[in-house]
Amino acid sequence: MISLFLKDLFNRVNQGRWPYLIVIGHILAGSLLVYTQPRSNLAFLVLMTSFMSLYFFTTSVRFKLIAGTMLALVIIPIVGVRNIFYLEVIFQISVFAALALGLNIVVGFAGLLDLGYVAFYAVGAYLWAFFGSQQFYVLHFAPGTQPSDLPFLLPGDAFYMFLLVGVVIAGLTGILLGLPVLRLRGDYLAIVTLGFGEVIRVLANNLDKPLNFTNGPQGITPIQRPSMPDPVVEWFNSVFRGVVGHDVTPADMYNLMFYIFALIVIIVIIFVTRRLDDSKLGRAWTAVREDETAAIAQGIPLVKMKLAAFAVGASFAGVMGVLLAASRTFISPESFSFMQSIGVLTMVILGGAGSIPGVILGAATVTILNLQVLQGFSLYLNELRQSDAVMPIINFAWKDLSPQLDPAKYQRMLFGLILVLMMIFRPAGLIPATRRKREIDAEETN
Amino acid sequence: MSTRRFSVFSMMVAASISLALCGSVGAADKSIKIATQSPLSGDQSVIGVDIKRGAELALEQLGGPLVDMGLKIELAPFDDQANPDAGVANAKRIVSDPAILAVVGHYNSGVQIPSSEVYHTSGLVNVSPANTNPKVTTRGYLEVNRIVGRDDVQGVVGADFAASKGVKSVFVVHDKTAYGQGIAEFFKQKATENGMKVLGFEGTEEKANFDALLSPVVAGNPDLVYFGGMAFQAAVLFKQARERGYEGIFLSDDGFDSSDAAKIGGDTLISGGGTFYSTVSGPASVYAGTAKFIKDFEAKYNATPQPFAAQAYDSMAISLKAIEDAAKAANNAVPTRAAVAKAVRDLKEFKGITGTFTFNKIGDPEKALYFVIQVVSKDPAKWSENKVVQTLEIAPPQ
Amino acid sequence: MIRFLKRINVYELVRPVGQMMAFSLGSAAFMSAIAISLALALDDTAVGVSLMDKYNVSLFTYTMLNLPQVIIDGLTIGFVYAAIALGYTMVYGVLEFINFAHSEIFAVGAFVGVELLIALDGMGILAGASLGMAYAYLILAILLGMIAAGGLAVAVERVAYRPLRGMSRLVPLISAIGVSFLLQDIIRLVESLTSGQFNRIMPTFGNFDSRIIFGKIAMGSSNLTLGISVKSIIVIVSAVLMLVGLNYLVNATRVGKAMRAVAQDRPTASLMGINVNRIISLTFLVGGLLGGAAGVLYALKFTRIDPFVGFFPGLKAFTAAVLGGIGNMTGAVLGGIVLGMLETFAGSYMGVFTMGAAGSEYKDIFAFSILILVLIFRPQGLMGKNVVQKA
Repeated sequence: MISLFLKDLFNRVNQGRWPYLIVIGHILAGSLLVYTQPRSNLAFLVLMTSFMSLYFFTTSVRFKLIAGTMLALVIIPIVGVRNIFYLEVIFQISVFAALALGLNIVVGFAGLLDLGYVAFYAVGAYLWAFFGSQQFYVLHFAPGTQPSDLPFLLPGDAFYMFLLVGVVIAGLTGILLGLPVLRLRGDYLAIVTLGFGEVIRVLANNLDKPLNFTNGPQGITPIQRPSMPDPVVEWFNSVFRGVVGHDVTPADMYNLMFYIFALIVIIVIIFVTRRLDDSKLGRAWTAVREDETAAIAQGIPLVKMKLAAFAVGASFAGVMGVLLAASRTFISPESFSFMQSIGVLTMVILGGAGSIPGVILGAATVTILNLQVLQGFSLYLNELRQSDAVMPIINFAWKDLSPQLDPAKYQRMLFGLILVLMMIFRPAGLIPATRRKREIDAEETN
Repeated sequence: MSTRRFSVFSMMVAASISLALCGSVGAADKSIKIATQSPLSGDQSVIGVDIKRGAELALEQLGGPLVDMGLKIELAPFDDQANPDAGVANAKRIVSDPAILAVVGHYNSGVQIPSSEVYHTSGLVNVSPANTNPKVTTRGYLEVNRIVGRDDVQGVVGADFAASKGVKSVFVVHDKTAYGQGIAEFFKQKATENGMKVLGFEGTEEKANFDALLSPVVAGNPDLVYFGGMAFQAAVLFKQARERGYEGIFLSDDGFDSSDAAKIGGDTLISGGGTFYSTVSGPASVYAGTAKFIKDFEAKYNATPQPFAAQAYDSMAISLKAIEDAAKAANNAVPTRAAVAKAVRDLKEFKGITGTFTFNKIGDPEKALYFVIQVVSKDPAKWSENKVVQTLEIAPPQ
Repeated sequence: MIRFLKRINVYELVRPVGQMMAFSLGSAAFMSAIAISLALALDDTAVGVSLMDKYNVSLFTYTMLNLPQVIIDGLTIGFVYAAIALGYTMVYGVLEFINFAHSEIFAVGAFVGVELLIALDGMGILAGASLGMAYAYLILAILLGMIAAGGLAVAVERVAYRPLRGMSRLVPLISAIGVSFLLQDIIRLVESLTSGQFNRIMPTFGNFDSRIIFGKIAMGSSNLTLGISVKSIIVIVSAVLMLVGLNYLVNATRVGKAMRAVAQDRPTASLMGINVNRIISLTFLVGGLLGGAAGVLYALKFTRIDPFVGFFPGLKAFTAAVLGGIGNMTGAVLGGIVLGMLETFAGSYMGVFTMGAAGSEYKDIFAFSILILVLIFRPQGLMGKNVVQKA
């Protein structure tokens, strides 16, 4: 009843110039809230959801582009440097969105379940970590025993070159792995890629002898960043000092810079993905995904098509790896565990395999859940526990709540629940891919 | 607009409204928070949860002076998931909350190192209860302190102890973590210097089945087997080695200091050449406070404290004391982060339950006491009666 | 009585035992041959010299003298893998579906069994138990673990897999991955709410920890003792019993016939009056029972368990199932034994053969590399038949 009423309201509102007003209102309200309440999770969420109203309400493409650019390039950076936690959340959302979009090519378009996707991320990260740090001169030292005054192998600005090198090397790794295993059927492939992900992690953990390439579990640090010219910081401060309220340090500017880089990668991925989806290759992937046997019969070179998907997906992970190494200045094998692969997969599944807006939504939702909501909820419960508050009606003192009930601790449960529930109730994801949606809608009308 | 689109939209709206609950907790004017960061989820949460609990217990027991000043103190626990990404994100969340004046944490040096870069840029003090990697302090940040020894010292303590027992050959095993491997590398280096023959140096992530690893160990029959890592692995390894007929000495590091070791190892720890471990946290006989801590901890949480819980207690105690000093200097007002960071370094001879602490100019405890302790009973309840066989006072390398 | 005995199909009882012996001997001989030839080849190189320096024996002697113990160790872990692998292979045989959550079913079995023993220990019953009673309690723990794991497997199938039957193959697989993660944290939640910590330690009782010594061998400056611990014998014997029982169930009973029918052709089987859903539930039940027993045995052998304990054994058991040819029960046993041997040989000898450059830390990688190699050259596995993909 209520949902019908709401739906009716939504349809009525979604006409004429109403959508424009609502979207602008949403963005303004979000910005204002974040501006006045710089530490409230809720205000931040209001601002972040304005991306959703921008997507859902029917407005002209030009309006969407302008409003989106304003949000991403002006409002969010200002909000971010005012509270660097937001910037970190947004940065992680963009990193995971890029990864999820890359995995989406493999899982969503070609229908190959890759459970070791972070392996390629690790390849990119370790690539820049090795060449962009002192590691080259540490080759003959056991981890932890090297002197601290070693020179760097390459200047920090070689980072830009390594963005490309990362694409190539990760892509090649994808092909190398793909060649033997892509003849396998879907479920075998999943397990083999899982094994491959573990192999890469174990290698990163163990290649500290006989020659110390990765510094083992201690990880590589410091890793260089590209140089940040002073005029950029000064320019930013001279323009935005008023709204930000304080001078921005170069360290914060780096965060902003890596956010912009991640954004650029996302735009490139979206562009490439959309072009691919409409190309011969994309059609071939769809055919492979829907029915391998039929695809072979149509003369589609199966292994070549799968290899292409694997390589494209891997190269995007590679470039994000290079970016991560530079932004963190520290890399260790812990960042590339099986959990991370499952995390990225959860994003793709939640949003909708094959759907670009869906995957971005999935990445944002999971990241915000993980970083803000679960942690926030845990902190909130903890404050209740330390207070004298009593739960109304059932008269339960919060103090007595077991400290084991701590939502932040149960991240695996969250991922597990999302995967199972989505598969049972909404296998196509929150925002199904257009092609799938057409199929589903057709079924519904039949 | 299709039904589907709409339902997603309404779900999102509902979700964000329900989130209002979590976001709307306001902070009172004179309230102070101290954050903890440790892995509360995943397989390292055994120790991470107890780091949080140790700190929580200290806050409850030692927060009195601050409350008397009219300040409200609270714990803000964070889960770094043993993952650098989560750690850094939490760190940024922590520094963006002005009420937080100190961080007790991290368990993994791999998480502490990138996260403390964030604390450093915001001038927020971090007292580490567990990070032994030299790099934690050698960066020379004013904000970063630790109350534990360093890998490069503890490995040396172990090797010197082995030499004093007349050991001629050793087999070194570590757990492939930054912590265990760090100590083991320095043990191996010093053992070679001391003229011992290192029969093997192996890392393993295995937690249960050490059969394969033990073949070369038992075949070489070294005088001593060294394990760099935590008790839950070391004790299993030692037990299986004894079952295979190895009769020599076992030696491990402060990660071994957990009554679980006796629960797992039982008899095998006291047979043969015996089991020893080096540690910076002395037993109850040296620090009277530890016994009380264990009793209080068990009473509150119904579980024996894991390693580093007592250190977390002390880290919290140091943070509280520093905040108190800084608050006094500021006429009982909430002090600034910079003042707290400086107050930590200014503490002299702070008496905690795991040692007496004065920090040097890079944040290492000056002249930490290192103990070598022998396991004396197979009964986990008697773990605290383990015997100190060697006490060394060593200043950290500069 | 005699008529009843006559109806027992003795052949189906003897055949699997013979097979297992053949597999064990064969893989042991094969792996030994590789190790010995490597040792001979490397004896005169720097590898041999470095070993002589440290251990005071030649590489060949070292390899030979360590062989018996390595084989025993390999067999023990191999049988554990085999018991878990059967759970994967049975489900795959019937549904063509990888039950990713099987590793957590295994973990639940381990937890239930260990919790029972801890409770008994807490009441002081275990400490004073006679040898006979100690075995009785162990068997009780195994049975309880089996029941819990079997029940859970059936429930998981009913809730998370059955609604997805008939969808694209990846859909139930993703659901299974989700169940696996969910169960890990549920075990953790329950354990930490009830006992305050979630890593549990198997109590020490009975004579399981003692070791039967076959003899001592002098090697260089040290004495090697060759022996096998009582618990390893228990693990091997129970695994063999389970495998024989399962083989009998599938190959010599009416229910088994129904299972095979469903595996071959589900629609036709249902037309023949077989209740397909019941048979599938039964398959999960049997797989869960085996997994639960393997869990308790694993805890007995390796002492300590945590909620994530199933992940690696599960992954390796799956590898074993694929190695042997997934869907093929004999293959799973063979795969388990081969994988156990391989891993133990690699872990034991790699450090010595590579002069410490790559030691036992690579033994897990070894398993995966073998998996990838097998899949490239023999995608159907060692014993699998080359079947055409069902549309």
